[in-house]
Amino acid sequence: MSTVAAETKKTEQANQVQDKLIIAGKSYGSRLLVGTGKYKDMAQTQKAIEASGAEIVTVAIRRTNIGQNPDEPNLLDVISPEDYTLLPNTAGCYTADDAVRTCRLARELLDGHDLVKLEVLGDEKTLFPDVIQTLQAAETLIKDGFKVMVYTNDDPLVAKQLEEMGCVAVMPLAAPIGSGLGIRNPHNIRFILEDANVPILVDAGVGTASDAAIAMELGCDGILMNTAIAAARDPVLMASAMKKGVAAGREAFLAGRMQARRYASASSPIEGTFTS
Amino acid sequence: MNIYLNGKVIHVADSTTLTELLLEMDYSGKRIAVEINQEIIPRSEHNTHRLKSDDRVEVVHAIGGG
Repeated sequence: MSTVAAETKKTEQANQVQDKLIIAGKSYGSRLLVGTGKYKDMAQTQKAIEASGAEIVTVAIRRTNIGQNPDEPNLLDVISPEDYTLLPNTAGCYTADDAVRTCRLARELLDGHDLVKLEVLGDEKTLFPDVIQTLQAAETLIKDGFKVMVYTNDDPLVAKQLEEMGCVAVMPLAAPIGSGLGIRNPHNIRFILEDANVPILVDAGVGTASDAAIAMELGCDGILMNTAIAAARDPVLMASAMKKGVAAGREAFLAGRMQARRYASASSPIEGTFTS
Repeated sequence: MNIYLNGKVIHVADSTTLTELLLEMDYSGKRIAVEINQEIIPRSEHNTHRLKSDDRVEVVHAIGGG
């Protein structure tokens, strides 16, 4: 390896060592969090999650199918709680009570694991959050000892309120869940970021790697996504692209972009030109 | 007696324990959680918890989701 390459590698490693995502006191090297829904099968789920480099992985809690496929592989055999930080979600819950109940079942299922993703939905068509129910559920869960990462809309006041209640991360949507529309309102995300004392993660709306980079360049602490990877033509390749998009956006944010200007600015020196 | 298991009515012997029910349903050793009438029954109590008529038993597991 050349000296320059060795230096570059050292710098990269140093950046990686220093730049950790810290959620509820635990530090993570990856700022990409992924869901496990909508994949073709368990094998594809496993490969895509591996390719994403994610350390925090969401799962849903559902009734078992009585008497059906008893030998069907279990998600937790593929995405093991020993290898990943599991983030059980409350997807599909439309009331605070249902969300709280789901989190308590998840805690029992995962042997006392108390990190959860709270989402209380208000509308089937948009899957926008019901903020009032979300706030109620968050309060109950925090009192009950849960560490709550909360899905919310991009309202800066609500985001602040959720932070002040004690949520360990606030996760505004960038566009409707599963829409892939990208970062629709970067201004609101910026407002939320300016004022935040807990990690802010974009949850929902990212469609492709450049969307992920844009969210990270805004200064988001991380991104949670599922459909953008699972619904790609090649989910495993997209998982790898998202890993790089998130990392690139993060480095660009830390590097601080140049000031944009209307006119050109020559990159080569004007002095010493010898042609007429 | 009858109980509701994940919304379906099933017949079980009187004073069946939760462990016995889970064994019969092929759930022993699986990663599941159980609530009865909306109260979680911790794994440590499955062995001693006896079902009652009309109990609403929910058995859940983790599946793929975002």
